[in-house]
Amino acid sequence: MHYAPAPLHIPDGFLNLVVSLIFWALTIAAVGIAISKTNKSLGEKQVPLMGIMAAFIFAAQMLNFPVAGGTSGHFLGGALAAIVLGPWAGILVMTAVISVQALLFQDGGLLVMGANIFDMGVLTAMIGFGLYRMVSASANKTLKLAVAGVAAWLSTVAAALLTALQLWISGTSSLQIVMPAMLGVHVLIGIGEALITVAALAFIMQARPDLLEAGKVAEKGGRGWIAAGLVVSLIAVLLSPFASGDPDGLERVAENLGFLEFGLDAPYTILPDYTIPFLGETALSTIVAGVVGALVVLGLMVVVGGMLKKQNAR
Amino acid sequence: MPVTHPTTHPTIPDYACDVLQVNDLHFSYPDGHSALHGVTLSLCKGDKVALVGPNGAGKSTLMLHLNGILGGKGGVSVAGMPVNDKNLPQIRAAVGLVFQNPDDQLFSPTVFEDVAFGPLHMGYPEDEVRDRVETALARVRMSAYRDRLSHHLSMGEKKRIAIATVLSMSPQLLVLDEPSAGLDPRARRTLIHLLKELDITMLVSTHDLALAREIFPRMVIMDEGRIVADGPTAELLENVPLLEAHGLEKP
Amino acid sequence: MHADAFDRYYAAESTLHRLDPRIKVVVTVLFILSNALLLDGAWAAFGLGWIFLLLANSASNLGVDFTFRRSFIALPFMLVAVSAIFAPSGQPLAEWRVFGISLVPTDVGVIRFGSILLRTWLSVQAGILLVAVTQFPDLIHAFEHLRVPAVLTTIIAFLYRYLFVLTDEVLRLLRARDSRSAAIPGQKSGRSVFWRAQIAGHMAGQLFLRSYERSDRIYNAMLARGYTGQMRTLRAHVMRRRDWLVLSVSILALLFVQLIGRIG
Repeated sequence: MHYAPAPLHIPDGFLNLVVSLIFWALTIAAVGIAISKTNKSLGEKQVPLMGIMAAFIFAAQMLNFPVAGGTSGHFLGGALAAIVLGPWAGILVMTAVISVQALLFQDGGLLVMGANIFDMGVLTAMIGFGLYRMVSASANKTLKLAVAGVAAWLSTVAAALLTALQLWISGTSSLQIVMPAMLGVHVLIGIGEALITVAALAFIMQARPDLLEAGKVAEKGGRGWIAAGLVVSLIAVLLSPFASGDPDGLERVAENLGFLEFGLDAPYTILPDYTIPFLGETALSTIVAGVVGALVVLGLMVVVGGMLKKQNAR
Repeated sequence: MPVTHPTTHPTIPDYACDVLQVNDLHFSYPDGHSALHGVTLSLCKGDKVALVGPNGAGKSTLMLHLNGILGGKGGVSVAGMPVNDKNLPQIRAAVGLVFQNPDDQLFSPTVFEDVAFGPLHMGYPEDEVRDRVETALARVRMSAYRDRLSHHLSMGEKKRIAIATVLSMSPQLLVLDEPSAGLDPRARRTLIHLLKELDITMLVSTHDLALAREIFPRMVIMDEGRIVADGPTAELLENVPLLEAHGLEKP
Repeated sequence: MHADAFDRYYAAESTLHRLDPRIKVVVTVLFILSNALLLDGAWAAFGLGWIFLLLANSASNLGVDFTFRRSFIALPFMLVAVSAIFAPSGQPLAEWRVFGISLVPTDVGVIRFGSILLRTWLSVQAGILLVAVTQFPDLIHAFEHLRVPAVLTTIIAFLYRYLFVLTDEVLRLLRARDSRSAAIPGQKSGRSVFWRAQIAGHMAGQLFLRSYERSDRIYNAMLARGYTGQMRTLRAHVMRRRDWLVLSVSILALLFVQLIGRIG
């Protein structure tokens, strides 16, 4: 029954101070905008609704399903919150959840909370809503569910990716180890996230489709989100194989830019003959590349489909 | 030489009185609150038993032991199987527990899917699952609701669907926690018909003593974590001092 | 199901309990900041930091080992930092072959890992103590005073209020599902992982709708009581001399820790 730490909640002491502050700044900006935006769209009703939704996400994270041999899958909820409530409300809800988790359960640190909120709240909202918004006006339920699933999966993977980068830049973990580890685990966890998000969304579509309309109407603009979501998703998608297959390249770039000076006594040098345990360099890269390729194709299909639809509508 | 005949025993009726056997069950909650103080109870096949008592008597706590959700000290066995960590899936096939709040029980979008969950999980093939769902819905007189959304049903309808969700698993023992709570008179009447018709061993907790008198030939009174009386309903309901001593009123 | 599961507050009569919640939050954050500012290997300073923590523990009248006993929950995440041991700079200490790869722990790496461990361990304990001596509503007020937007703090207040209700509902849903998750000998049960995930998703959807509709009712109840969009708080927190004193002493102590950390 009791809450257990999840792999994405970074504790205090794991991130460099500068990194923490940068992400605090980003998060404060995002949350500030979110507050004013939800105020405009929902008015005074926002507070009880957001509060309950935050409690819902917290509680829903306890929903598990047996995967295999004693392990079970769980649910983060950032993408679902953004899809159903809209991106700004989603950000506020996840902010509330993450801060309570950090305060009450020490699940995630206080100084690094800015980074945690950004990774699990802002990023997941961007990708979750950004991708879904492309098809939210469609009448094709299957398409919407499929995109929602992909968005949920990708948001989990992107959060893991960013977390790994933050840990690496802070000098806490070496990229060759933390990147494949985080990505590998979350590529799988993301599947669980996608499945639950899709099933929950299908349920809501069936029982109260009007609730989803509400979110849509409030986000009439949306194009900015789509752009942001796509850009972030593509970065995630292109970066991951590059980072896990060719950490040298990334590290060299980072060295040149002086990143690695932060908090480190000496810059990293590359271990020339490093291979990833169990899988070997090439195998993991191939797998990731394959998945990535499929995603890029899907992404392009969706974008093209959206553009075609807009043309037809005119 | 005297012939000794073996003593003939009277023929033992073919009752399987091991549908439920609870033996000296003790249980305390993690916060120290002691809920059950040595409960002993057994049910024979075909028994329909009402479990009554004031709030806090331990009725719900006892029920949660019957399908292994809670585990106390002492023995609980169902259909001859002792309840332990290893055989919970089999126990849950044998005991159909219906909780007081039907909302807890209905977690699928449609009625059909909710009633189908149990048999699907048990691995029955799809046509058999369909048959089981149809039969269960018919038994609770809700066949017309097959494709409705559970979310939109009334309390009485939800309670009947909740019963159907366990009937589809053909349990040997049906355990209901306050099935008539929150029902209007018509829904209550329908429930009474339903429970009378159902040919299953059942243990039903209720505050509604009038309902108990109509449906259940046997009554068990619990108070403060113990069984204080176990006997024919008609008799117990005439014993006014007994009833009043345990927070009950003669209907 | 008990409300205690989410209540991290331990009631007692102590200086710490009586302090203004703002001070407690600020000192906790400063303590964590101090840990973050200490360089790797500043063992003496970390040690002083720990003494600071122990003093705070005893000032809470909850036992000097109160946070120590609860500090091991952060352990699983430590695995992430383990790779720091193999930082490729500094003197190699050994060479290990694990599954065919060569892992070389270095002195720099070990010092770094140890420092990360200490920082996290100390900071987690500070957080535990904070919520043990401050009631959650007071904590929220503290954040409001510290300029966190009222909208956010009120959302958090609602979250806390309904946390128990909703998690209780989840547990009952899970219990109902488990009660019908049966098997009979000779038949494979449980269907597929996808099906099970779908069921979990349905439960999430169900919970979502109930929560959403519940919020409507709450909103109406609030309207009925004159809610106009502004949350008013009743308990005003006034800083007393003792609070300022504790703050100043803490800052001095932490500055001292920093000093030791630089010269040690």
